[in-house]
Amino acid sequence: MIDVQPIIDQLTALVPGAELSPCPSADADATPALWVSAAHIVPVCLALRDTPGLEFVAFSNVTAADFHPKRAPRFDVVYHIVSPHRRTRLRLKVQLGLDEPIASVTSVWAGAGWCEREVYDLFGIVFEGHADLRRLMMTEDWVGHPLRKDYPVQVRKDAQTYMPLQITAEEFRANMERDRYSRTRPK
Amino acid sequence: MAEVRTETMTVNMGPQHPSTHGVLRLVLELDGETVVSVSPTIGFLHTGIEKTAEQKKWQQVIPLVERMDYLGAQSNSLAYCLSVEKLLGMEVPQRVKDIRVLIAELQRISSHLVWFGTHGMEIGAITVMLYAFREREILMNLNEMMAGFRFFPSYIRVGGLRDDLPRGFKEAVTAFIDRLPGKLDEYETMLTKNPIWLDRTRGVGTITLADCYQYGLFGPIARAAGGDYDVRRAFPYSGYETYKFDVIGASNGDVYDRYITRVAEMRESVKIIRQALDRIEPVGEWQVADRKVAPPPKDEVYTEMEALIQHFLIYSQGFNVPAGEAYVPVEGPRGEHGCYVVSDGTNRPWRVHMRSPGLMASQALHKFIVGGMIADVVAVIGSLDVVMGDVDR
Repeated sequence: MIDVQPIIDQLTALVPGAELSPCPSADADATPALWVSAAHIVPVCLALRDTPGLEFVAFSNVTAADFHPKRAPRFDVVYHIVSPHRRTRLRLKVQLGLDEPIASVTSVWAGAGWCEREVYDLFGIVFEGHADLRRLMMTEDWVGHPLRKDYPVQVRKDAQTYMPLQITAEEFRANMERDRYSRTRPK
Repeated sequence: MAEVRTETMTVNMGPQHPSTHGVLRLVLELDGETVVSVSPTIGFLHTGIEKTAEQKKWQQVIPLVERMDYLGAQSNSLAYCLSVEKLLGMEVPQRVKDIRVLIAELQRISSHLVWFGTHGMEIGAITVMLYAFREREILMNLNEMMAGFRFFPSYIRVGGLRDDLPRGFKEAVTAFIDRLPGKLDEYETMLTKNPIWLDRTRGVGTITLADCYQYGLFGPIARAAGGDYDVRRAFPYSGYETYKFDVIGASNGDVYDRYITRVAEMRESVKIIRQALDRIEPVGEWQVADRKVAPPPKDEVYTEMEALIQHFLIYSQGFNVPAGEAYVPVEGPRGEHGCYVVSDGTNRPWRVHMRSPGLMASQALHKFIVGGMIADVVAVIGSLDVVMGDVDR
């Protein structure tokens, strides 16, 4: 079991005002976790990277989790970082509500760029100060954020055409339905 | 002589380009033959596996995550199972750990052989592709023997393995690892000192170790740039701390060093497989004794009421995992594979996220190719060994 309290003490001294608290998790023997207040994520990350004795120089991952009906600030943004030569890992967690932005950590670890784009794409969390915050996985004209818990698992959308139809929209839809039906009907 | 400045030209490469290992689209800006900028587009293979996984029971997620990084399928499922077992607070038997190590290393060789063959072929050495796929076919047959499925065996399960190793498996693996080192020598005579290969790969696509860590590149890419970070050493899982092997590295961080690193890694894998084979008893446990997670054996299901009920419960409702979160990294063929799993205490995962080494590699592509020649782009992508299923998920 790795104790995060020394790290918290060190960080509290370096980043005044940051609210940090340990976060118990099942994998605390290898990856201790701590809660970080959203406003202080960039200074905390900078301190973690540059302070001798911490040296989390390597970036591993940014992701998120949505706890929509269960919890009031619904999102957790989760950062995994590594110190390759000291062989330590750390998880930072930030709670965010709907439509609350968070500062981007791309200035600390360049590798966060696409991970933050992915979180923006799939959860709709906006990272302020990100140089190129576009959708990554979905197409640019996609509506909605698929990994949110209130996004339906199956959506039936009408077929899109990029040329004007030669038949009415109803006829077109009926043709599509007929085709779908004949293909899925059990023999 | 005054420097001649010309207009830059924009070239679209992919998404269907044969050397992009699937569907990676690059928009390259060229000044003559020199790459000025690159803008990669991904997502063509996005299938929403993470969303689908939230609808499945814990054990049903394994076939899904195996389809992410389809060349290193079993390193995905190993990362996932280790994370879920961490949440369950479960310790699997020693024999299961040894079999998992054996499988993980076979998977690494299999993935590296595909990389070796396609990387060589893309730079123009078509012969090695035919050779490497011959050896890989044996590994596919081993998968088939073990699980009845060649590509995505889904053999590693939460709580152990799907079944015991089949009879004759040990002999088949021994025959393969007796054969492989000689074949690797054969491959290396074709490339390692081949002047054309050296010209195409040495000093091409160079990256520094600091950049690797900034961009989240671990595994063979960082080790070829002088790093020594290997998850098997730094954060051992499945008993890797008890195996003797070297962490292979090089120092220049170019395409050639990545080639050297991966080929040497295959030899190290052979060493680990030999040790694992010596430890695996012919008969023994292949899953945990906890009947809440592991289904009871068939002979009990057919003879005992309790076992029958347990069987139905496991296959209809699955098992509950205590609420919490876990992230366990493993050293996959491409670097640090890890699975971040969140549970809300029910029989379905709340969130499954796979850390994908390929995503990081394709993000950092500009570090490797800007300033180089357009012909080297193919060499660099090959040496990064990106798998688009893993990138897009």
